[in-house]
Amino acid sequence: MEQVPILKIGQTLFVSIQIDLQDESVMRLQEDLADELAATGANGVIIDITAVEIVDSFIGRMLTMIGSISRLFDAETVIVGMRPAVAITLTELGLSLSGVRTALNAEKGLEILNGKT
Amino acid sequence: MDVGGTSGRMADYLRDHQDKVVGRWSELVVAGVRGRTSLDEVRRELGDLYGLIIRVLSGADDHAEGELRASLDELSRSRARDGFSPSETALAVLSVKEAVYELVADAAEMVPEFLAFSRMVDDLGVRTFESYSATRERIISDQVTTMMELSTPVVRLWDGIIAVPLVGTLDSARTQLVMEKLLDTLVATGADHAVIDITGVSTVDTEVAQHLLKTVSAARLLGANCTISGIRPQVAQTIVSLGIDFGDIATKATLADALALALRQAGLKVVPA
Repeated sequence: MEQVPILKIGQTLFVSIQIDLQDESVMRLQEDLADELAATGANGVIIDITAVEIVDSFIGRMLTMIGSISRLFDAETVIVGMRPAVAITLTELGLSLSGVRTALNAEKGLEILNGKT
Repeated sequence: MDVGGTSGRMADYLRDHQDKVVGRWSELVVAGVRGRTSLDEVRRELGDLYGLIIRVLSGADDHAEGELRASLDELSRSRARDGFSPSETALAVLSVKEAVYELVADAAEMVPEFLAFSRMVDDLGVRTFESYSATRERIISDQVTTMMELSTPVVRLWDGIIAVPLVGTLDSARTQLVMEKLLDTLVATGADHAVIDITGVSTVDTEVAQHLLKTVSAARLLGANCTISGIRPQVAQTIVSLGIDFGDIATKATLADALALALRQAGLKVVPA
């Protein structure tokens, strides 16, 4: 099973997903992220999904759950770099990723997190 | 065309009675189209056609058949473009049989020739109909292309603010196209405000509203703020009476209001020069 690395930059955790997402790797990411948030006390999470071409309802739901978990640690989640095709798929699946912020790219994502403080 | 005397005799017969047949033929055609073309015009058209038919029957030259086909195609193309009905177009050719039959009825010895001639005219009629419907198909497909082109412009209002003016009726196919184009433009230009202007959308029902909501939430997933503008009074009444809830999506009366909102959200301010 492939693992998604979590980078800490300042008070932000940066997750760039570069692999084809399998259900197990997303669940592993969720656990790792919770551990990391507890350990570092970061106040923002950026998940970069520029390289993700295919999503299903499970992955869509896991992204929402990651957002909810982060909020329990008082951290805001921003999903950045979503492709148009992925956005259309999630919409057709009826998932609007409530509780998660979205931004066009990582730079704008960071602006959202920094503007929050 | 069968070789030998039959068609040759028919050609001679038709040539001898040219004025009478063309006159009667034109009358029949003009009566059929209820005065949408003048008798003189029809007479000229059919006179040419009649000449070609005689040339084909007499077998004098090889080009006659091609020319006849070409001028039939031309006739049915112009009829199709001018909005004549299929039967009016086909009858324009087929009624030559009636015109000739009225003459042949008095001359019993011409019956075999007339049967051969009648078969030929039937073929011509089928051909007319084929090119008529081909022309109509082409007109329709041209119009569909034009409509699709008309329907999906994405315009840049300001740095980071784009707008999609929607015109006409929204169906699934068009919404899909608009959505894809809007999202692609958002990614390509890095814009973070999008305005969907529905001034030109005449009716909004639950399905159209559903399509709009989908487009807005897809744009939001990319991280763009989406505003719907140009809701007309009747449309607003329909939306409310259908119980459609736009939730927390910002809606504005005009495109100008939506632009003002987007500018404010982008932290910009318009001041008098």
